[in-house]
Amino acid sequence: MTYRSKYDKVLIVDDDRALGEMLSLVLDGEGWTTRVVRTGDQVLPAFLDFKPDVVLLDWMLPGMDGVSVCRQIRSTSGVPIIMLTARSDTRDIVTGLEAGADDYITKPFKNVELIARIRARLRRTDHLEEALEFGDIVLDPVGHSVTRAGQPLELTPLEFDLLACLLRSPHEAFTREKLLERVWGYHHHGDTRLVNVHMARLRSKIEDDADNPSVIRTVRGIGYQAVIPD
Amino acid sequence: MRRLARLWRRSIQVRVVVSTVALATVFITATTWAVAVDVIESVDSSRRTAAIQQTRLALAEGQSELNDPRAVGSTAEGRVLQEMVDSVSNVPGGPYDLIVEGPLNRKDVPIRTSVPLSADAVPTALRRTVTSRSGTFSRINSVARSTSSKPSRVLVVGGRLQAPGTGNWYAFYYLFSLAEQDRIIALVRQAGFLGGFASVFMMSAISFIVSRQVIRPVRAARRIAEQYAQGDLSQRMPPRGDDDIGRLNESFNVMATNLQGQITRLEQLAVLQQRFVSDVSHELRTPLTTVQMAGGLLYEARDRFDPATARSAELLKTELDRFELLLIDLMDLSRFDAGAARLEVEQVDLVEVATEFAADVALANVEVSIIGADKPAIVEADRRRVERILRNLVTNAAKYSQASRVEFEIDQLNDRVSFVFRDFGIGLNPSDAEHVFDRFWRADQARTEGGTGLGLAISREDALLHGGSLRVYSRVGEGTEFVLTLPRRPFAGPDEGDFRPALKPMFA
Repeated sequence: MTYRSKYDKVLIVDDDRALGEMLSLVLDGEGWTTRVVRTGDQVLPAFLDFKPDVVLLDWMLPGMDGVSVCRQIRSTSGVPIIMLTARSDTRDIVTGLEAGADDYITKPFKNVELIARIRARLRRTDHLEEALEFGDIVLDPVGHSVTRAGQPLELTPLEFDLLACLLRSPHEAFTREKLLERVWGYHHHGDTRLVNVHMARLRSKIEDDADNPSVIRTVRGIGYQAVIPD
Repeated sequence: MRRLARLWRRSIQVRVVVSTVALATVFITATTWAVAVDVIESVDSSRRTAAIQQTRLALAEGQSELNDPRAVGSTAEGRVLQEMVDSVSNVPGGPYDLIVEGPLNRKDVPIRTSVPLSADAVPTALRRTVTSRSGTFSRINSVARSTSSKPSRVLVVGGRLQAPGTGNWYAFYYLFSLAEQDRIIALVRQAGFLGGFASVFMMSAISFIVSRQVIRPVRAARRIAEQYAQGDLSQRMPPRGDDDIGRLNESFNVMATNLQGQITRLEQLAVLQQRFVSDVSHELRTPLTTVQMAGGLLYEARDRFDPATARSAELLKTELDRFELLLIDLMDLSRFDAGAARLEVEQVDLVEVATEFAADVALANVEVSIIGADKPAIVEADRRRVERILRNLVTNAAKYSQASRVEFEIDQLNDRVSFVFRDFGIGLNPSDAEHVFDRFWRADQARTEGGTGLGLAISREDALLHGGSLRVYSRVGEGTEFVLTLPRRPFAGPDEGDFRPALKPMFA
């Protein structure tokens, strides 16, 4: 558990005093460091000051809604964001994912579930030791940076993981379920929309033409595969 | 033929025109017939009066010739008679032909004719009357004037005379041609035929035009009503004066406005309820999450508690889980009730789903077999809901039926796939089977642990949301069968009554 000392700060954004306290109790119990923020406008200052490794973001906030907070954080950082939502309403979730959330968890949830989700986001692709070259794309695991034709690409850790997962086995077709397991840490019944939304964003960053992808191809009826660009 | 029948069934206009033509034909034929018969009779009867008159004169003349003293004696009689016949034949195109038969008491009655005529020119019945009684009698007969010509209608008028010298009776038959009358009759017939035909044609045309006038606004109204029924609530009938159709249109418009109002009100209600459910859900979920987490924390630490507190922590956890399940189920149901449930459709292979679930079931020491898994059964469906249905059925079977063996069967038709979940447990009695989809209903009222009592109700709603059905068939002591039938692609269709399973259930 060496990485735990490296990445262990969780910023909790929740307007409900009791839930905020309970969340920090449980996460502290896991050995993580937490800070609780109760309104949307306090998030950015706290974020800059606390430098969390993961953000737990309640979707219904007074003052500023989850989407805006999410965008605000994304404008400065690719830090993993897990949204807490009280609704299983599809639109809410898709809006959240599109605003930049990496994952979501629906209330009510169990402690183990929450911890597993956070752990999946704190865990990095540390076991990738050497730089991965793929056509003109280079992944540097140490600096967690990606370049294409020498140009640096701004990927969030999640997007980095997703790309690394595909590039490590070029030409292998990954099902969405497999990606959910490898990248998000879901062992069964993950939400495939997570893959769809993030794949779209990843493509928009690495592909020349996101509508006509050349690096990550869609395999009809299966999922995705990485192909070496010409 | 089938197209004609269809046309008859579907078009009021066709029915109106066809019945008008049929009735008009019958009626006009009958009247024309009656008129023609009347005309023919009157034409014939005036001719008859004239003919009888002429016959009487001729007979009187004949009698006076027979009375002449020079005509006494059978030879002289014969000569006089021959002269009378000849005088008729000597006037070609005269008013009549003459046949004289007699003396009548002879065995072989001699016949004199003014023109060659066959013996049957005189009808037997007339001959019988004339030979037995005095007076003039007439009858119409069909007579051929020569062997070559066609028989034509002839009025035969007969009377008898007695030669005073010998006392012999002679029968005189005057044959009057009815050619003129026949010509008139033919004319009348032709006129009747043409007139009748024209009338029938005219009435058909009138009925066509009139029915068209009535049908056109009705058809226009039908089109509007159909559009309305298809959900375009803004459709209204055009204004159309005060006639019946106009008033129908007005009534329709009033009805449409009322309906539209009601529907809008209901839609608003549904939106309100949906929002309420959503709010309640949100407001409940946050504290429930806190309680769940606290319960989880206590539960994990229970080893350090005294027995009573430790047991409390356990109960707290299990009942919180139950509470959560109940809340989720209730929220789902109220979403169905508010019409707010939405499908997230993707291609689902029911065979694949069944195989996955079979593995889960097999874990619980239940023997599972799958029938019909040799080819994929692809439907467009909401995977989450389909899996939920199966999960509910599996849980249900494990809980109630004490079945050690279950069977999945997949049957496919072109437009639908049926997924049968069959157990060979204790079965349900018919009154229970009626209630399995009721909310909070339990087969055994005493057993309340586990489950929310909403699982099957939700499953059924899930099936209906796809435009499919979920039915139960059961026999006590043999087993229970749940049949989920899904259309290949979901539709907001008729209720499940119309959506039959793709197979015959085993326990039906």
